[in-house]
Amino acid sequence: MKTVFKRTPTLKDCPTHYCPGCGHGIAHRLIAETIDELGIRDRTIGIAPVGCAVLAYNYLDVDMVEVAHGRAPAVATGMKRTNPDKIVFSYQGDGDLAAIGTAEIIHAAHRAEQITVIFINNAVFGMTGGQMAPTTVLGQVTATTQQGRDARSQGYPLQICELLAVLPGAIYVERCALSNVARIRQAKKAVKHAFELQAAGAAGLALVELLSPCPTYWHTSPAKAMEWIETEMTKVFPLGCLKNVTCTP
Amino acid sequence: MNERILMCGNEALAEAAIIAGCDAYFGYPITPQNEITAYMSKRMPEEGRVFVQSESELAAINMVYGAAATGKRAMTSSSSPGISLMQEGISYLAGAELPAVVVNVMRGGPGLGNIAPSQGDYFQATRGGGHGDYRTIVLGPWSVQELVDCMPLAFDLADQYRMTVLVLADGILGQMMEPVAIPKNSKLKPAPSAVEGTKNSKLPKKDWALTGAKNRGQNIVRSLWLQEGVLEQLNYKLQAKYRQVQKNEIICEQYAVEDAEIVVVAYGIAARIVRGAVAKARQEGIRAGWIRPVTLWPFPAEQISQAADQFRMFLVVEMSCGQMVEDVKLAVTGKAPVLFYGRPGGGVPTVEEILDKIRQLTMPAKRQYK
Repeated sequence: MKTVFKRTPTLKDCPTHYCPGCGHGIAHRLIAETIDELGIRDRTIGIAPVGCAVLAYNYLDVDMVEVAHGRAPAVATGMKRTNPDKIVFSYQGDGDLAAIGTAEIIHAAHRAEQITVIFINNAVFGMTGGQMAPTTVLGQVTATTQQGRDARSQGYPLQICELLAVLPGAIYVERCALSNVARIRQAKKAVKHAFELQAAGAAGLALVELLSPCPTYWHTSPAKAMEWIETEMTKVFPLGCLKNVTCTP
Repeated sequence: MNERILMCGNEALAEAAIIAGCDAYFGYPITPQNEITAYMSKRMPEEGRVFVQSESELAAINMVYGAAATGKRAMTSSSSPGISLMQEGISYLAGAELPAVVVNVMRGGPGLGNIAPSQGDYFQATRGGGHGDYRTIVLGPWSVQELVDCMPLAFDLADQYRMTVLVLADGILGQMMEPVAIPKNSKLKPAPSAVEGTKNSKLPKKDWALTGAKNRGQNIVRSLWLQEGVLEQLNYKLQAKYRQVQKNEIICEQYAVEDAEIVVVAYGIAARIVRGAVAKARQEGIRAGWIRPVTLWPFPAEQISQAADQFRMFLVVEMSCGQMVEDVKLAVTGKAPVLFYGRPGGGVPTVEEILDKIRQLTMPAKRQYK
């Protein structure tokens, strides 16, 4: 029998704590595959966020650190500056990166830190019970926008990629989605490129945003959550590569 | 003997940190400690080490957290309002048991306060301004030379106990110039890689550090423990470690307490002023002495308690409205009167002010009312 697909070694063989239909599992796999394909496991350090993915180290078999909410890009800076030979990546949700950690991600990009950031945008705070995130779309019902997000009192969805792409220190910014096989394959390419740039010593920050389903707090089924990414989220968060300037050191 | 040179406290402590093997400095400008950041920005790259001016104190302490998690010797410095911002990070450092050195060149508070010297952050330093049951080791030097000497000690204690060591200076110590001997080749200087352990050092090997899982299993640095009872056990483990620090690391100096009728307790620059006042009191025939805690946590409660068995009265002098005085009272346990004299908000007591206080307190009643 021919093996057409198998679990990549850096992805641990264990039960998941994520909800049915959650996108974190897919995102974890893409990172694990990338690490194994590039052969960088023994020099990779990962940073887990505060949020549902705080336990990412239970699934990714690399050295990992848990950090305060939003501070991952600062921690990554401390790690990479003192260990330029290591591959340092942060894995951050939209509450972590786009709310409490906005200063840290903007300044890490602004300083052209040579780190890789995987940004999971599921338009909601998952771990704390489905509250509004900065990326919650207008009209979306959450625990703290029970009438639907209203721009006049709750502001507009924050587009992180567009914000970062204007900074010279951000050398690669791409937004992908985990909503179907074709999208996931594109996401894999983007994640891999973001790691390859760092491994090659490219002089700046690489960020991949992944639009990711949260059926639990979108109050829908896993299948419908995938559809909602396609029909609603991509309207506010258009997919594609916003920037790809390969700077060599 | 090393050559003595004239240096301000901020620059001297920065150079001492470099000699102590500091791999990385992260900081954000704030007065009155800006000389540290400026000095490090020049000297660290010269030594092939890391300097980053962060976007905030929040980022600075988290950069320290990142470098420390990989086994490097990392430090930051700030002044009171900036140290407040770092409390979250210091709590995480404690939870994750990471070694770090933080220098606080204290200024007047609360709020934005002023930029004058103060000792208003004693509570924050010794009680912990961050959340959770944790301790930081706190060193309170009183001279530029002692500031220099306590930097290698701070890095060693941090590595030995996997704790944050806070060096509690103030605006005077930071700005004041004094002759100092900076050891050119400190015996305490670690090998370039603290991760593999050091041949000449008894410091523990950093086998927990994140260096990439090469030829070993995954290392995880964390402070989240959700399973029932696990965090409780971790806290007991931390407390056992803190008891070891209390047992082994107390530093305290005292002068002329044997026959003293009044013992003045002070730390840092205030103790320096007290020394002058006590010397003058002795010249006047007043039997005064002083006790100076150098480690503010662990606090030399035993030394003060012993003194309380023999002496009539304690006077605590601080550049605050009275913070360390609470620790002195806890140590004295009611065995002797504990009085207080302090100047908050950037006020610095003079030798004469303290001497007057000593005179008042020791004056026989009939002379007092003459």
